[in-house]
Amino acid sequence: MTVRGLCWAAMYRYDVIDKTLVNERVAQFRDQTRRFLAGELSDDEFKHLRLRNGLYLQRHAPMLRVAIPYGLLSSAQLRRLGAIARRYDRGYGHFTTRQNIQFNWPKLEEVPDILAELAEVEMHAIQTSGNCIRNTTSDHLAGVTPNELDDPRPWCEIIRQWSTFHPEFNYLPRKFKIAVTGAPQDRAASLVHDVGVHLVRGPDGELGFEILAGGGLGRTPIIGKVVREFLPRQHLLSYLEAVLRVYNLEGRRDNLTKARIKILVKSLGIEEFRRRVEAEWEAIRDRGLALHDADIVRMQSFFTPPPYRALADADPATGASAAFRAWYRYNTAQHKVPGYRIVYVSLKKPGVAPGDATDAQLELIADLADRYSFGEARVTHTQNLLLADVEQEKTPELWRLLDAAGLATPNINTLTDMICCPGLDFCSLANAGSIDVARLINERFDDYDYLYDLGELEVKMSGCMNACGHHHVGHIGILGVDKGGEEWYQITIGGAAGADASLGAVIGPSVPKSDVAETIARLLAVYVEQRQPEERFLDTVRRLGVKPFKERVYAASAAA
Amino acid sequence: MPRRLLRDGRVVADDWGYVGEPAAQRGRIVGFDEWLADKSAWDGSAASLGIVLKPAHKVELLAPDLARFELVAAEFTGPAEGRGYSQGRLLRERFGFRGELRARGYVRYDQIFLLARCGFTSFELADGELESAATAFGTFTAEYQPTNDLGLTHPLTRRA
Repeated sequence: MTVRGLCWAAMYRYDVIDKTLVNERVAQFRDQTRRFLAGELSDDEFKHLRLRNGLYLQRHAPMLRVAIPYGLLSSAQLRRLGAIARRYDRGYGHFTTRQNIQFNWPKLEEVPDILAELAEVEMHAIQTSGNCIRNTTSDHLAGVTPNELDDPRPWCEIIRQWSTFHPEFNYLPRKFKIAVTGAPQDRAASLVHDVGVHLVRGPDGELGFEILAGGGLGRTPIIGKVVREFLPRQHLLSYLEAVLRVYNLEGRRDNLTKARIKILVKSLGIEEFRRRVEAEWEAIRDRGLALHDADIVRMQSFFTPPPYRALADADPATGASAAFRAWYRYNTAQHKVPGYRIVYVSLKKPGVAPGDATDAQLELIADLADRYSFGEARVTHTQNLLLADVEQEKTPELWRLLDAAGLATPNINTLTDMICCPGLDFCSLANAGSIDVARLINERFDDYDYLYDLGELEVKMSGCMNACGHHHVGHIGILGVDKGGEEWYQITIGGAAGADASLGAVIGPSVPKSDVAETIARLLAVYVEQRQPEERFLDTVRRLGVKPFKERVYAASAAA
Repeated sequence: MPRRLLRDGRVVADDWGYVGEPAAQRGRIVGFDEWLADKSAWDGSAASLGIVLKPAHKVELLAPDLARFELVAAEFTGPAEGRGYSQGRLLRERFGFRGELRARGYVRYDQIFLLARCGFTSFELADGELESAATAFGTFTAEYQPTNDLGLTHPLTRRA
């Protein structure tokens, strides 16, 4: 099948093995769904099967989570996602913090057809939920950011293949998430993943990996710890297999809330955990999982740079309108190739649920990817999209097209670029709404001069302890709690998800929904008064501690 | 009615008996703790032996005696239990077990493909699932990982 766009995008292409596997998965899931609908499988039996295929039964309808491996999308794939949103859903999809897209309104009996449509464009929903190895995520700027050590994407694909239908690790104690990064700035939140893989240089300058384990959010947030400082690159899979085997055999299965690898690492201590992993690894390292140079070269060949033109750097913002200049400053970033620019497509327009995109927007972005960015788009873990390879001189026309479609809100990395889970509106786990709070915050903070003055600010919001919205690692974190049937919110400050990851501290008692925006306003007032030059909100919190912020928030009556 | 199971792709009557069941033609399957408590109880017995491995049992503890057993039955205590998959691979790949590796307990059609890739050769299934169960081995016809069934050559290497 020839699909427009695929011929350009620098991404992995399925061969006969990949195609066989996804097609057989569709057939398998179609049969499982048929058996369930025919009454041959109980609710509980089907649950264990559908969850390994990203299908949840939610508040209103099933929710299907589709993997976007390490965030890469071809224009053909984007177009297909748009078509699926229109045909099988209510005309939109929701991008998550782990480079997935969720459809909130499919019909159970149509899910096999959706999977078949995805398989045609080399996509799937394999292991996007359930107690197995989830979608491997990565830096959304992989391959285009100036200071990258090496491109993490070939390694992500190697991990994707190894982890897909891994026969030994499909019934783990709990879910298992891996993130890979190749740049010093950690844009994949790898320190709060079950395993973080960092490309590093070894003692002789050769490329390899630093391996971390035991990070995670949820009920017990923990920053990952280093298991091995340097792993030669050919051993990546054998080392991961050793980590997973120790976890599969030793992780707790008696209590769901203590079953993640972080609890195992914590209870054994990192030294003992490392000893067990290393012992297991010694036994398997030189068996079939060792990667040969030819395997690595072949995988890297999929991610070679697109045919860039020889261009000089330009400054399209000079003399342009204030609106364009703001967008260019906040929604674009430096590219490693002269004359090119990385362009964020903001999915954080006020009044729209953060991370949502309509069918028409998905199709438009596909067209723009073809016209301006070699037929490729990416998903960020902050729930935006980006076009990675845009000629600087084309940014004004791209901006006009994005702006007309509501995709140019100039707020990337500012207060209103909030991470937000679907919350009580959709999710059956949630205690409280998230989308609603995002709306209230957007209404309160609608003055862009003020937003820009506040600078870089990460607000992250989850509707429950499961922390899908990463609230623990928000500069400001908002957690929905249920208080006697009412929606209240616990606020934390000082969290961060990058290379300097930290967990936020709770400022005090939770506040009602109507006070969330006012609480944030008070926190920001303290920051504006106390900040030193060039200091971000996060830095001020780290310097001053929680006390002055807490005092301001709870000083007067909490009622605004 | 004698227990039936899927072995090497065929539905057969079980010729093994667990402790507490009537003696069976092929041999007797003992409990792991029972074995550890008094290995000498079986000294001098010519009977073939099998052993039940529960999820928390360490395969390493069985390894020194493995030659004594013609069958190992890993128990799956519920739909979320997954330690048996690792136990199976360790038995086959690390400790060279060549006998019958059996999955018992909560074992359903949809697990068979994965279990087989971890070295399992027999499956105690509900009667209703037995007749069509052999089709499970054909669920997937390709794979991404080297396990014992592939001679441990990495599929990536075979594709390069």
